[in-house]
Amino acid sequence: MSKLVIKGGRVIDPSQNLNRIANLGIENGVLREIGENIDAAGAEVFDARGLIVAPGFIDMHVHLREPGFEHAETIETGSRAAAAGGFTSICCMPNTQPVNDNATVTSYIVDRARRFAKVNVFPIGAITRNSAGEELAAIASMKQAGIVAISDDGKPVMNARVVRRAMEFAAGLDLPLIEHCEDLHLSAGGDMHEGLESTRLGLRGIPRCSEDVMVARDIILAEVTGVRYHVAHISSANSVNLVADAKRRGLRVTSEATPHHFALADRDMAPYDSNYKMKPPLREQRDIAAVANGLCDGTIDAIATDHAPHAGAEKMREFERCPFGILGFETALGLALEQLFHTGKTTLPHLIHLFTSGPAAIVLPERGTLREGAPGDVTIFGTEHEWTYDVNQSPSKSRNTPFHGHRFKGGPVATVVAGEIVWRKDG
Amino acid sequence: MKRRGLLDIESLPREDIESILARSKDFQPPPGQSFQRFDILRNRTIVNLFFEASTRTRTSFEIAARRLGGEVISITAAGSSVSKGESLVDTLNTLGAMRPDCIVMRHSASGAPHFLSRYLPIPFVNAGDGTHEHPTQALLDARTILDRRGSLEDLRVAIIGDIAHSRVARSNIFLLSKFGVRVVLCGPPSLLPREIGQIAPGLELTTDMEKAIRGVDVIMMLRVQLERQHEAAFPANEYFQFYGLRPEHVELAKPDVIVMHPGPINRGREISSEVADSQRSAILNQVGNGIAVRMAVLERVLAA
Repeated sequence: MSKLVIKGGRVIDPSQNLNRIANLGIENGVLREIGENIDAAGAEVFDARGLIVAPGFIDMHVHLREPGFEHAETIETGSRAAAAGGFTSICCMPNTQPVNDNATVTSYIVDRARRFAKVNVFPIGAITRNSAGEELAAIASMKQAGIVAISDDGKPVMNARVVRRAMEFAAGLDLPLIEHCEDLHLSAGGDMHEGLESTRLGLRGIPRCSEDVMVARDIILAEVTGVRYHVAHISSANSVNLVADAKRRGLRVTSEATPHHFALADRDMAPYDSNYKMKPPLREQRDIAAVANGLCDGTIDAIATDHAPHAGAEKMREFERCPFGILGFETALGLALEQLFHTGKTTLPHLIHLFTSGPAAIVLPERGTLREGAPGDVTIFGTEHEWTYDVNQSPSKSRNTPFHGHRFKGGPVATVVAGEIVWRKDG
Repeated sequence: MKRRGLLDIESLPREDIESILARSKDFQPPPGQSFQRFDILRNRTIVNLFFEASTRTRTSFEIAARRLGGEVISITAAGSSVSKGESLVDTLNTLGAMRPDCIVMRHSASGAPHFLSRYLPIPFVNAGDGTHEHPTQALLDARTILDRRGSLEDLRVAIIGDIAHSRVARSNIFLLSKFGVRVVLCGPPSLLPREIGQIAPGLELTTDMEKAIRGVDVIMMLRVQLERQHEAAFPANEYFQFYGLRPEHVELAKPDVIVMHPGPINRGREISSEVADSQRSAILNQVGNGIAVRMAVLERVLAA
């Protein structure tokens, strides 16, 4: 029988409105109690005085690159980077090689995760076969094999009829459908946000409207089908408004935002540095403000990293030939604290909600809580300690980040998965 | 030593532009003669690396380097290791290991020389990057205007054509606006993005060619670049009717207007033969000044 007691921290659990100094006990991987006097006899003790003790963070949008692109990341390395970012559960997108569009691939990922992952890994299945946007994937059997949502992330489903059928299917299976919203005709060939910066740099633009048009289409179809519909990495002010309106109308519409979309604008990009190249692209100040406000006012339900490792050589090319995406795990909490908490925009409990009960309600209803009997996943972090991100120390196999050398105030200190400390800041 | 290449006009201070333009005058040949020979770049090796087809710019850089006494090697992408799948950085690292003193590069990707100059210690001269900039073109255009006007201040210049995809337009916009020139940008709506009016001070936008030309000192026509238009932005057969420069347009400008074109010209598409071959056309002066300006640029980049 194993036992871990986390002592003296400020326990904040938005799922039960908890916010007080207390001890927390985990036994055999399950949360046992929160209290002032916990018997620590025979237990491993973690001194959390001066720190925040929260439910284990959930990242509902990540790319682990396995199977198929193991030179860029594996389930093992990606999950270690996740642990170093304070995440205890991650949901991996299906754009692997082969695509996770059937139960065999799903089972492979689940099995590899069981053997090699430091944190809990939950696969997301494809919407269509090979994410080609035509025939539906084997959604029901993938659900039996363990997927928690469906998405053709990176390859938006352009055919509205196909999306409608997929939504009907997903509604019947009570699976959320997650869309990467980008009308590919409007964004064709674009490499960065369409605006003054793209015009100045002579780069082709990805306009806001390419995102907005698809969010609008999907919300209309979600109303028709009754599906739980989720907008991935929302980045434009108009799209935030569309989601807010859908929520006011009582539709089952949710959304997530990445830290880079509330921390950086297109003009922050070092010229032609592909570490700033991702989809959706970094937009403008008013979009950043809309995303941050949406996170604070409940329009946006979760912070997700869209962790997208690419091996060095893939990024050592002309800007227009570099792939989209940046690393996300290790800088997520630091950026959220910097942009949302230290600025006074939101409270610590709400910020924690965005990493825990927010995404849990969409994909992992059993998690994101410190209730007795829940899985023993805990994230311990500080809000004041200063540190500098050195990507060369990252457990990830890739190095594509615009935040190398960034100075942070506050960040993860220890990560506990099923009662076991899988990562701690100092060793 | 700090390497000094020439990546773009946007970041080049006005004083540097003035000194290049002044120096290029020294390199202009006396009337009726050829360019003089110098040994300023003796024992220097310049690699002309052209990832995109170009006859005039490459030849112009070659002549400029030779007239300065430098050695030139010209490489075009076709047949090089680029087509064998080598990454751009690897190709350039290989070249860099051969220790040239300068790389003159043209590339179809915007920012390619900026990206490479972060990784390689060799000075780069940008001979045109995608739809971004073509700095020596703007310098030679300014030299050509100065030869006929004496000063850039208070001029009014119309740039007409595919503004969205033109690196010539961007470099000229940045250069002219540093001298307080009033620049009118004109083209079909789909090739004239709103945002381009904000990339520098003193810009006006119009889709009406006659409005653009009225009272200007200089008309710069741009080549219709079908290879850079990724969609049917404007019906090709309507282009000449609305945006092709014809004698009746030229009458709207100042009587001594200078008509310019970076070449190669498409007669009957963006410019009529009557205008291209008229007294007001400075197109061949531009070509000559290309060599003088590139001599000044290479000297600035390379002379110890």
